[in-house]
Amino acid sequence: MRSVAETTVILDDDVHQASMEAHKRLMEQIVRTGDRAAFKALFVYFGPRIKALMIKAGAEQAVADDLVQDVMMTLWSKAHLYRPDRGAVSTWVYTIARNARIDRLRRRSSQPYDDLDDVELASEEADAEACTLASQQSEGVAIAVADLPEDQRQIIECAFVQDLSQSEIAAKLSLPLGTVKSRMRLAYSKLKRRLEVYQ
Amino acid sequence: MTVRHHLDKNTLMRFASGDLDDAFSVVVASHLAMCEECRNELRMAEDIGGSLIESEEPAELAPGALERIMSSIDVAEAPLQRRESLARDVFADVPLPLRRYVGNRLDEIAWKTAAPGVKRKRIEVDGSSSLYLLHIGPNKVVPEHGHGGAEMTLILSGSYQDALGRFQPGDIADLDEHIEHQPRVEPDAPCICLVATETQTRFKGFFSRLLQPLVGI
Ligand SMILES: [Zn+2]
Repeated sequence: MRSVAETTVILDDDVHQASMEAHKRLMEQIVRTGDRAAFKALFVYFGPRIKALMIKAGAEQAVADDLVQDVMMTLWSKAHLYRPDRGAVSTWVYTIARNARIDRLRRRSSQPYDDLDDVELASEEADAEACTLASQQSEGVAIAVADLPEDQRQIIECAFVQDLSQSEIAAKLSLPLGTVKSRMRLAYSKLKRRLEVYQ
Repeated sequence: MTVRHHLDKNTLMRFASGDLDDAFSVVVASHLAMCEECRNELRMAEDIGGSLIESEEPAELAPGALERIMSSIDVAEAPLQRRESLARDVFADVPLPLRRYVGNRLDEIAWKTAAPGVKRKRIEVDGSSSLYLLHIGPNKVVPEHGHGGAEMTLILSGSYQDALGRFQPGDIADLDEHIEHQPRVEPDAPCICLVATETQTRFKGFFSRLLQPLVGI
């Protein structure tokens, strides 16, 4: 028999999975019919989260608000580029937000990322099985990230959310640069091992 | 293409979180364009970002944010239909992320001689790291060198060997600053590679010092 705690976790995962599938369907509606209501639903969900991310990355309120607009505008105009076999909608939103952050906050070029998308565009159309696998992987990563040991999770959070460079992370946590790198690699292989069940 | 030498996992995570500068991003993106295995790994790394954005505590948007975006999408065109991919030139042998800098074909690159048997094409990018293509003649040995900083070398054509093994098209040498190596180009063909270096590479030895100002890396 499952313990109460275990049951709760499983229910949460089901809810998460359901919202992931719902987001994919909203993207489909945007691409198929330019559905404004579907877009609005995604904005209401992701807009405030994108803003939270930008503020943690060091953006002022007004800049963070502008970035929310930019990211969601890109989601609308490039909706046809979303590939459900590449992962959850949230993963795609993250990559758009990351690119906007590179261009606006870091003042560098996100062009290499766009060109790489073009490589994917040239590859084959997604089949249903690949889409399911991708959803399972996104879901698995979310669970595994939450489960990482604190010292590894912290480094991931510094890099992916706070947008700190590795030397900034080292300085902030008073760690040698080599330790930051090795914890990053450790976190990566831990996630990877957790995902082997899906491959 | 069988790629044997891949990105370091730390590099992959840095690329996923947007931490590499322009020179290194171009090299990493070019390897990814040539390597499906690393592209799959990148997706996993980007899923980390997706999961973190989902678990963010929502922030309060500026008043009128929803109205603002809805009127922006009204003015904008309907979502674009699938645009034609840049990847359509079947003769292109330059990886896609590099094409905007040097064109589509390796045999159309305007090389400059840097040293006997070594030609170079410098690529202008923002930031303090440098990016360039090298064309190194058959059998040529690149002087043994450690690195003042990180260095990445992606093979585009031909091959070389060093202590780390044989490097062929698609392979990337993703080296930490402490590793020394001495690549030797294989006899059958020149080796063309894309290189990003963090700071001035410090060549060792007499010939090396002779070569350094010429190679200018
Ligand atoms: Zn690879």
